[in-house]
Amino acid sequence: MSAPTHTAPREALVGDEGGMGYLERLPRRLVTVYLPLLVFLFVLLFPFYWMAITSIKPNAQLTDYNNYSPFWVVDPTLDHIRYLLFETSYPGWLVNTMIVAVAATFVSLVTSVFAAYAIERLRFTGSRFVGLAIFLAYLVPPSILFIPLALMVFNFGIYDSKLALIFTYPTFLVPFCTWLLMGYFRSIPYELEECALIDGASRWQILVKVLLPLSVPGLISAGIFAFTLSWNEFIYALTFIASSENKTVPVGVLTELVRSDVYEWGSLMAGALIGSLPVVILYSFFVEHYVSSMTGAVKE
Amino acid sequence: MSVSADSIPAAPSSRWSLSRLAHDHNVLGVLFLLPAAAFLLVFLTYPLGLGVWLGFTDTRIGRSGIFVGLENYQLLWEDHIFWLSVFNTILYTTVASVLKFGLGLWLALLLNERLPFKAFFRAIVLLPWVVPTVLSAIAFWWIYDAQFSIISWALIKIGLIDSNINFLGDATNARASVIAANVWRGIPFVAISLLAGLQTIPPSLHEAATLDGATSWQRFRHITLPMLTPIIAVVMTFSVLFTFTDFQLIYVLTRGGPLNATHLMATLSFQRAIPGGQLGEGAAIAVAMIPFLLAAILFSYFGLQRRRWQQGGAD
Repeated sequence: MSAPTHTAPREALVGDEGGMGYLERLPRRLVTVYLPLLVFLFVLLFPFYWMAITSIKPNAQLTDYNNYSPFWVVDPTLDHIRYLLFETSYPGWLVNTMIVAVAATFVSLVTSVFAAYAIERLRFTGSRFVGLAIFLAYLVPPSILFIPLALMVFNFGIYDSKLALIFTYPTFLVPFCTWLLMGYFRSIPYELEECALIDGASRWQILVKVLLPLSVPGLISAGIFAFTLSWNEFIYALTFIASSENKTVPVGVLTELVRSDVYEWGSLMAGALIGSLPVVILYSFFVEHYVSSMTGAVKE
Repeated sequence: MSVSADSIPAAPSSRWSLSRLAHDHNVLGVLFLLPAAAFLLVFLTYPLGLGVWLGFTDTRIGRSGIFVGLENYQLLWEDHIFWLSVFNTILYTTVASVLKFGLGLWLALLLNERLPFKAFFRAIVLLPWVVPTVLSAIAFWWIYDAQFSIISWALIKIGLIDSNINFLGDATNARASVIAANVWRGIPFVAISLLAGLQTIPPSLHEAATLDGATSWQRFRHITLPMLTPIIAVVMTFSVLFTFTDFQLIYVLTRGGPLNATHLMATLSFQRAIPGGQLGEGAAIAVAMIPFLLAAILFSYFGLQRRRWQQGGAD
């Protein structure tokens, strides 16, 4: 990591105030903080604006930059969205993606809770090794696994079905959720469990009645993150699904809405926008959980 | 950071005690671990091994292959498209990671300032990372359109260029374009993770250093950076791994073109294996990624250890 560290500081020089921001005067802060921040926000958010404005532009305005300003829309239309929802298989893809994401998330959460509890609290022989193995499993990328998995999926007879995705998505969800929940369980005082043990609770009762109620925030974090990961998954869905009616949103939009020469940019952008909405809505309700699961996975 | 000290509670010999077996940590541990372990063994460990095996066979779609030794690798060794994809992958990973790190750190430092609506800013900054990559890549595809690119239009209006930029049709432009799209998507992850790290640095350190006359550069170099290195190492490991094995963005934007100039190892592996039907050769390309990934993990692991020790010494 030595190469990157040399490039950043020159830019970062400007914005490192710590607790002494009050020593800075406003004009200087405008240039060193607010201006770069605005540029960042503009670049990061512009594609979304562009998606949204394209999806409601009538076709005539879409490619006519001379008579209409490309940044705005006159007479917005819902034609692209109507086309998408009523004349393509898009609603079916949404339903597929939802089913697959919910099922994969549920399966992964249940197995991960038990695994994390076993590794973190039962401390059986070799539990540290298993914990490390789980972390390494998270680092195995889908682009290495998809070819052998395609063969297995085919041999199991679940090719081109939702089951193929529900069984393969946990390969990256279970390691992630287990790792996250291990960290969360670690933060719950051990004394609570000891009290329950002394009162005669079994391990099962401890897990269900003591630990899980206390871990609800952790479970939500893991759950929404797993849901997002499965919603966004692409390479497995592209490889294991062949028929149009079984596709997920990312695959369907890319393979079915893009037709040979004429790109229907309006409905493509509408498809991209609507396909992003479920995760964005989920995200907006659980921003804090989301951030904590993202940084929690990184912080070890 | 494991808590090994407070583990193993005194096994209560209570009147209610179930069988001795139910209290045995090893038996219970295996039982609780069984679902996850079975799943990962069947769908992760086994395919990993199967992938390595496939690399040594001439399996095609619909026909199980026979062992051919290193033939696939010999073919790849003489295949200049393969070597081009290795070069592309390394270029893509290096440039994108450096940019993501630099810009992400900058954004994290900006967000760490006293700002109004800080939580709101932080929330919307993460958006590019939340939406499905394929769908935002489709937006980029439209932004990079050869005829109707909004970037070309804006630059022509400002007067910087005369004609449309051929974003995805020219080798150099295409490489720069896919890297830009990757950086766009990766910055939020780096920035928000590093921001979490920055918030753990006590402001008093900066105040003390300022009283001693340290400049803002010195404070950054000798306080912020050392305190942040452990988290930088982890974040960048993840970032490098996911960039190196990237597939979606390239598949949407260029499918490896023009003239294979943007083919990454993952996309080449897919192209040979699924549309091309050569599962064995595709698997061999995928296996060829593993040494690079291992090198990245080991590098960061030992880098991390060293820094942890340094930090311990500095405290």
